[in-house]
Amino acid sequence: MSVLIFIDQSEGHLKKASFEAAAYGAAVAKQMNTNALALVLGNVADGLTQLGNYGISKVYQIQKDIFNHVDAQVFATVITNVVKQVDASIVIFSHTQTGKAVAPGVAVQLKAGLVTGACALPQNDNGFVVKKTVFSGKAFALVNITSPIKVITLNPNSFGIQMITENATVEALEVTVPNATIQVVATNKVSGEVPLSEADIVVSGGRGLKGPENWGMIEDLAHVLHAATACSRPVADAHWRPHHEHVGQTGVQIAPNLYIAIGISGAIQHLAGVNRSKTIVVINKDPEAPFFKAADYGIVGDAFEVVPKLTAAIKEMQSK
Amino acid sequence: MKILVCISKTPDTTSKIAFKNNNAQFEDAGVQWIINPYDEWYTLVKAIELKEKDPSVILHLITVGGADCDAIIRKALALGGDEAIRVDTESDDSYVIASQIAAVAKEGNYDLIFTGKETIDYNGSAIGGMLAAKLQVPYLSLATQFELNGSEAKVTREIEGGEEVDAVTLPAVISCQKGMAEQRIPNMRGIMAARTKPLKVVPPVAIEALTHIVAYELPPAKAGVKLVPADDVATLVKLLHEEAKVI
Repeated sequence: MSVLIFIDQSEGHLKKASFEAAAYGAAVAKQMNTNALALVLGNVADGLTQLGNYGISKVYQIQKDIFNHVDAQVFATVITNVVKQVDASIVIFSHTQTGKAVAPGVAVQLKAGLVTGACALPQNDNGFVVKKTVFSGKAFALVNITSPIKVITLNPNSFGIQMITENATVEALEVTVPNATIQVVATNKVSGEVPLSEADIVVSGGRGLKGPENWGMIEDLAHVLHAATACSRPVADAHWRPHHEHVGQTGVQIAPNLYIAIGISGAIQHLAGVNRSKTIVVINKDPEAPFFKAADYGIVGDAFEVVPKLTAAIKEMQSK
Repeated sequence: MKILVCISKTPDTTSKIAFKNNNAQFEDAGVQWIINPYDEWYTLVKAIELKEKDPSVILHLITVGGADCDAIIRKALALGGDEAIRVDTESDDSYVIASQIAAVAKEGNYDLIFTGKETIDYNGSAIGGMLAAKLQVPYLSLATQFELNGSEAKVTREIEGGEEVDAVTLPAVISCQKGMAEQRIPNMRGIMAARTKPLKVVPPVAIEALTHIVAYELPPAKAGVKLVPADDVATLVKLLHEEAKVI
């Protein structure tokens, strides 16, 4: 019996959400008086012993080129075999693109109950109850997993990491790897920019900005904050901004530490994509904009005047 | 070419979210039910486009639920599709739902199974991956573009930090999101035709649930917005730095 945490990597680097999953899994292991083990698939440039800082005692690594791309069926089968080999009873993933693709397959192969989008540690006093977000962040469900093996995907940015100073041991695993089920024709990674789903700060613009030519000030503000840029649905639909920047019910759902909404009225469908943000700032010239009700801080004012001033004020603070 | 599209019933996106029976159940009084937007806009419409291109395509819709799903499945049939199947059982466990769909899918020998990337109520993102594992076929998640070429498909999909274009030999399970297709409004001809399209109600297979929802919770109410005058952005910066500690 142990807790196995799947550590996702991309181009040889461990993902930020994976460290959070490691810390979460280690906390689950502590609750159960057992060990937190990590699994890394593929060739990784980053040091794996650092996972000890997040409470992992041992890291298993399988180095094969096939793991350079996520083939959901191949990953699910390999992870399932490792779960059996190390006798894990709880398997943790991040609720990211990879976790969403792979965890359901692992759950089926192990006949394990699956809770996706978990946001708190399990409660063990009456069953094994995991809290997850439902209704696009508008509510939580408490879900009891009754199967012997349990699979959880953790919402990014929902668990506070407490680091310790420990080194994990790293052990290479040999397993048979099934043949690829898909053939990768091309990959197109967005480089340079901060990916939206991983950003700590997101600066987002809406119809109030009047046209794509006015996005310079959004980008300037994002730049000083090392933030990602996003937009509302009408903006993406009008092709002012690319679709992958659309946050909301039917776009990307995000949970950054800080979400700055500029010229966005705050329709319920938009809020569904951003309501898990820790702090929300709304800048809108309409004092009746519904977004103010969901905001922590607000400025009623003309974005074209406020935003450049805000960028300047942040620069000034950073220079001190 | 046989395509199966998975359809789920969800509350309208503007529904007030509340719970009853000691927070054990969703309060459905006054709730307008819709086809899960991911299932409708990006998944079903894409399948309809494939059938429009090649009329020999057989397009079936499936849902798992009680008789209260029939209005939703008729609405889906009004958009397109040859017939619908409803597996007559209810469950809040994704493993049970996926097992029901897999049983029908196995029997129907479908080349392609489409699901939405998630439902807007349970936000599970699980059915597609589970179906693929049950059926032991490839799974391509979060697809934004899809091209069919005989028994091969080219799928553009969202991955960590970008996108990937994959080639796959069918059968396969695809989960669909924004980009696959555009929302359509059913026309009168479609609505009339949907009334006479077959809706088969089939009994469920026996599967034990592996998870159970024991209760729901609402998030704590926001403390209320702190407004800062438009000519005093310095105060906002100070609050974000010292109070919220986010910059």
